[in-house]
Amino acid sequence: MVDPLAGHDGVADLLVEDETISAVGKAAAAGSGGDVLDCDGLILAPGLVDLHAHLREPGFEHKETIETGTRAAAAGGYTAVCAMPNTDPVADNAAVVMEVRNLADKAGLTDVLPAGAITRGLAGESLTDIAEMAEAGVRLFTDDGHCVGSSRVMRLALEYAKAFDVVICQHAQDAGLSEGWQMHEGYYSALLGLTGMPSEAESIVVARDLALARLTAGRLHVTHVSAAQSVDLIRQGKERGLRLTADVTPHHLALLDEDLVTYDTSLRVNPPLRSAEDRESLRAGLAGRVLDAVATDHAPHAAEDKEQEFDQAPPGTIGLETSLAVVLTELVEPGRLSLTEAIDRLSVRPAAIVGLDEHGGPLTPGRPANLAVFDPAAQWTVGDRPFFSMARNSAFMGRTLHGRVLHTMLRGTFTVREGEPTR
Amino acid sequence: MIKHLLSINQLSREDVLRVLDTAESFREVGTRVIKKVPALRGRTVVNLFYENSTRTRISFEIAAKRLSADVINFSTSGSSVAKGESLKDTALTLQAMGADAIVIRHSSSGAPHTLSRWVTASVLNAGDGTHEHPTQALLDLFTIREHFPSFEGQRIAIVGDVRHSRVARSLTFAMTKMGAQVTLVGPPTLIPPEAPAWGAEVSHDLDEVLPKLDVCYMLRVQRERQRQQFFPSVREYSRLWGLSRARVDALADNALIMHPGPMNRGVEIASDVADLPRAVITDQVTNGIAVRMSLLYLMLGGDARRGTDAADEAVEDAPGGSDPVLESAGETEGASRG
Repeated sequence: MVDPLAGHDGVADLLVEDETISAVGKAAAAGSGGDVLDCDGLILAPGLVDLHAHLREPGFEHKETIETGTRAAAAGGYTAVCAMPNTDPVADNAAVVMEVRNLADKAGLTDVLPAGAITRGLAGESLTDIAEMAEAGVRLFTDDGHCVGSSRVMRLALEYAKAFDVVICQHAQDAGLSEGWQMHEGYYSALLGLTGMPSEAESIVVARDLALARLTAGRLHVTHVSAAQSVDLIRQGKERGLRLTADVTPHHLALLDEDLVTYDTSLRVNPPLRSAEDRESLRAGLAGRVLDAVATDHAPHAAEDKEQEFDQAPPGTIGLETSLAVVLTELVEPGRLSLTEAIDRLSVRPAAIVGLDEHGGPLTPGRPANLAVFDPAAQWTVGDRPFFSMARNSAFMGRTLHGRVLHTMLRGTFTVREGEPTR
Repeated sequence: MIKHLLSINQLSREDVLRVLDTAESFREVGTRVIKKVPALRGRTVVNLFYENSTRTRISFEIAAKRLSADVINFSTSGSSVAKGESLKDTALTLQAMGADAIVIRHSSSGAPHTLSRWVTASVLNAGDGTHEHPTQALLDLFTIREHFPSFEGQRIAIVGDVRHSRVARSLTFAMTKMGAQVTLVGPPTLIPPEAPAWGAEVSHDLDEVLPKLDVCYMLRVQRERQRQQFFPSVREYSRLWGLSRARVDALADNALIMHPGPMNRGVEIASDVADLPRAVITDQVTNGIAVRMSLLYLMLGGDARRGTDAADEAVEDAPGGSDPVLESAGETEGASRG
């Protein structure tokens, strides 16, 4: 059992009664006469929490639905997912937020925390009814997919949000420097003849937003950090005491711009896969807690959307079913992160960022039984069995990873058992 | 020989020389009255052009026809593509119709790579986006070799919009591979900062470079780039990086002037410069046919035929020549009738 918040890393029994953990430790098994799950050699951890997933519903049900997206999440060990608001209609009002929540409740596979848009229609101009959405349970606001370009609008968002203790989450990307972009700007973009987006397209906006966070004392979260300069800026911002958090995706931690030499559209992601130096900085940043969380940026697309010329394929990779294995394979196995740190970045910290008290542990008596059980050594090849997501556009397709989720439990009920979703 | 030609980097130095040597033979075919050999009889070559290109399409068409292949021109306007058919479905359709080679021109970098994953036919890149144009590079090398015996140590400047030029990429990779010294010349906004990693030198001063050159290769400058502010005005571009009559005087006497066409006379090259004897621009066009014949022959037929006993017999039986594929179709027929 690995439970960072309780400081637990060792062999233990855990008793679940109804929705809650009722006992932990050697005594736990004794009182049990019920269903016994032998987890010998497996890891029991708090269920994972994703700060950044595109569940596509309402509006893009041909790519993913809340049901299929949360089924994929549960299969990946998640018990809570933050759903991005770039749906159709956009989640820029309480009605859409409630609809997303209702659909998630009906599916019953993970908790879904809908994110709200910062600006109406993601247009970057006028603020949404942040209070109304906060009352409907929204904890995180973002125009993800678009950057809030106007310094004035970003400043007002950071200021206004303070009254409701919610997070303003930025997709940092300078519009001018990213015009027509197809990949990271560098040696490989020049070689492949693909229009580049320099790392500075991100870091310029991060630098500005840190200044605005300082100006407003607002709460800023930088999502899918991809560039080394951004990591440096966030480190400095944290050292100066800003209310600042950040996440990084599994694909930016694992893959590189040079992987695009085959023009594989499943590797076209936004922000783009960057250089080896950037990746190294992201890995170090995650280990050093400059980057708080691993967030998937799960971005499902229909096959026909991705089976196109490189520049015409929409960016994005699915990630919910591979994120834990990618972190285990790329960071834990090589000794860059301990298992406890991995669970911290995949569950504890993201839950704390959005105030999901029921998730991320600690796994102590009286707490909700939101759990994941995985085999850290199980080897599998991505794509060797169908995805539970509707989409197949995985940047890790064909790669061999270590770590397979066997059981996921949401409030005492198995959502995944023996690797198979229960509903 | 390679299955697909997607990038010039797929070819080794030896491969390049083999393509050029084979093209020498086909160059001769183009001078005959009957410019046709039976090498690819019964094979189907599809020209799949998503971008307008008169010279490259016609060059490939003539090349395939001179090899006796059946040629289908599939241009995207007025076709199923105009009705919204995807590249994948077009590819599968051509595949189902039995295409042996697909020559593709596309505005998206990497489209030939993508296509090659969906078809068993050989894919030839006839220019993809701002990526590569490998057959242009090979015909340029062929043209240069007509004037200079060896590429080793040869000095070539490629002048203009290197950043967006598929011609510049393929030619730079090809020339450096063959041992030449390549200098990329143009405004800093149009030369990728990563270009030195290609093994090329970079200069922003054309006048300083000109006297050292064996070949001065001018790239087409699209006015679109001025609208995108890569340079402030066409006039300024022309003054600093255009090949004027005065600049030609700075070139060595035997230095060549080349251009992949189509030219913007008066922008990157002065009109009278383009018509000088040392401007071998029409030779490039002529040689393009021979080089493309060579590639189609080597990729589709050459290796297989040479490897079989049947081919050996054909060589022996061939009247008056050592290589049946180079016998023009008309002569062969005439001989058999006789």
